[in-house]
Amino acid sequence: MQPVIELDNLEVRFGERTILKKLNGSFAGRAIGLLGPNGAGKSTLINTLLGFHQPSTGTARIFGKDIRAEAHAVRGLLGYMPENDSFVAGMTGVHFVRLMAELSGLPPEAAMERAHEAFFWVGLGEARYRKLGTYSLGMKQMAKLAQAIVHGPKLLFLDEPTNGLDPPARARMIQLIQEIRDHGDLRLIVSSHLLRDVDECCDEVLILKDGRIAAFCNLEEERRANRKFLEIETRGANGAFSSAIERLGCEAAYFPNGRMKLVMPDGVAIRQLYALAADQNVQIRRLNHKRDSLEDIFLKAMEAPHGGV
Amino acid sequence: MAVYKQSYRGYDGPLTPTWSRFLILPRYAFEEMRRSRFFTIFYLVSMAAPLIFGLTIYVEHNLTVLKMLQPGRNSLIAIDAHYFLNLLGWQSMMAFFLAAFVGPGQISPDLANNALPLYLARPFSRAEYVAGKMSVLLILMSIMTWIPGLLLFGLQGYLEGGGWTGKNLQIASAIFLGAWIWILLISLLALALSAWVKWKPMAGALLFGVFFVAAGFGGAINGILRTHWGQLLNISHLIGRVWVSMFDQPMQRGSGAVFFRVGRYEEIPIWCCWAALLAICGLCLYMLERKIRGAEVVR
Repeated sequence: MQPVIELDNLEVRFGERTILKKLNGSFAGRAIGLLGPNGAGKSTLINTLLGFHQPSTGTARIFGKDIRAEAHAVRGLLGYMPENDSFVAGMTGVHFVRLMAELSGLPPEAAMERAHEAFFWVGLGEARYRKLGTYSLGMKQMAKLAQAIVHGPKLLFLDEPTNGLDPPARARMIQLIQEIRDHGDLRLIVSSHLLRDVDECCDEVLILKDGRIAAFCNLEEERRANRKFLEIETRGANGAFSSAIERLGCEAAYFPNGRMKLVMPDGVAIRQLYALAADQNVQIRRLNHKRDSLEDIFLKAMEAPHGGV
Repeated sequence: MAVYKQSYRGYDGPLTPTWSRFLILPRYAFEEMRRSRFFTIFYLVSMAAPLIFGLTIYVEHNLTVLKMLQPGRNSLIAIDAHYFLNLLGWQSMMAFFLAAFVGPGQISPDLANNALPLYLARPFSRAEYVAGKMSVLLILMSIMTWIPGLLLFGLQGYLEGGGWTGKNLQIASAIFLGAWIWILLISLLALALSAWVKWKPMAGALLFGVFFVAAGFGGAINGILRTHWGQLLNISHLIGRVWVSMFDQPMQRGSGAVFFRVGRYEEIPIWCCWAALLAICGLCLYMLERKIRGAEVVR
């Protein structure tokens, strides 16, 4: 798979302060989450890739195009949804998105058609002729998403896309992001401080700390690995049940009140566990896959002194 | 046209040429201005002077009307360099008011609403953004200044005949270049102030301040230090002096265009005027360079 982003000794300095410290790596995921505490360099990395900041040394490539030498061509591939309120004053929603599409190079007719489509798609079809200044925070977020995708970019930067959204609006935003991701034409970079957003939308995660890459992991692989870890709560479990589980090839740890943690071997399905419980007349009251894997990864990355990939 | 698509789709259609994209900004700006009644009335009023100047040229060449108006005289007014210089002065002052009205609305709302990252995250550079915003002012002010000036020059040449146009080509070039220097200068000033002051009315007021307060300050310097170098702060004096030299007019007390008078006893070397105007343009470009950025750098 062609790398989406390649970082090649990328360093960004503002005056005496070094914000990004010689970042290296190649990322090819469909949706890459960008995590890190405040001041880690997430926004600076996005702004540098967008061409807003010049690297002090090193460079980066987006779909193989150098951000320094081919800045114009690179920006033709990008869509950007900024974190803060951003709009052109005094315009209606659809007028604003049409302007943004035209600036990306779409002819006026195509820009108009796609602006309408984008507005319907993000769920603002009925509000598209209202002035942007009258939109609620949630509507503004959706309008920002509409302007970011209207020209059909190849890579979409979403900076805190669920900022300030209530739970239904957040769920809608996540659903839209997942739809874009699953469409396949478009790669995503999602910067967020909400682990849950990244967990739900991304298949790779890049964690920054103090201007360095603290961790990079493939969430898909993590999730597959986590499917093997189970936590169950039983009633009526006895030694025979434990022996039967071990005969299946599971590693098990036992806790009071019928709780146990299992590591399932390859080729063993959960259905077999239920069948075993039925044979032994044991009730499985609760069964959980191991959760918070991203949180574990994040916390581990934060604890490491100068984390590595 | 299908406007209701329920799923995301990419775009692989044709794209407009890169060089022409800065013209999208004036197109949108004019669409918005068209809705302003004040702007429309002002723009129509600003065309009154060229109309009157055109009428005088016509009357000057129509003996019947001339005799009706002034029996016994063969000429109403001299149509010469001074005449066109005055037309340029009138129209340039109107252009200044237009810049004070339209200019502040160009960049300050984008800064106040954090719109610059949206523009600059596209294949649209900072230079194109400034060119687009500036072309709004340049187009409007061109229609007010050098275009009517050259049309009237052409009318006079046509009615006068006898090689008048050929003998007075310097007037045409002075109208064209003189107007361009002025509209470039005030466009840059209006944009630079608009980029530094996010509140539109304040940016407009500041433009007046730069012209009138600075001129007053320059006058005070002249008065206190008994010098003429204070005129370097007086932009209308600087441009007036440049115009007088371009129209090849003799320097005398109160010569130059209306609103842009310069006098023999106040003159400063012409190269100093050019240098001061270039310095102002350079300062404006520097101010724009600092402010027009996709992301602010906090050092």
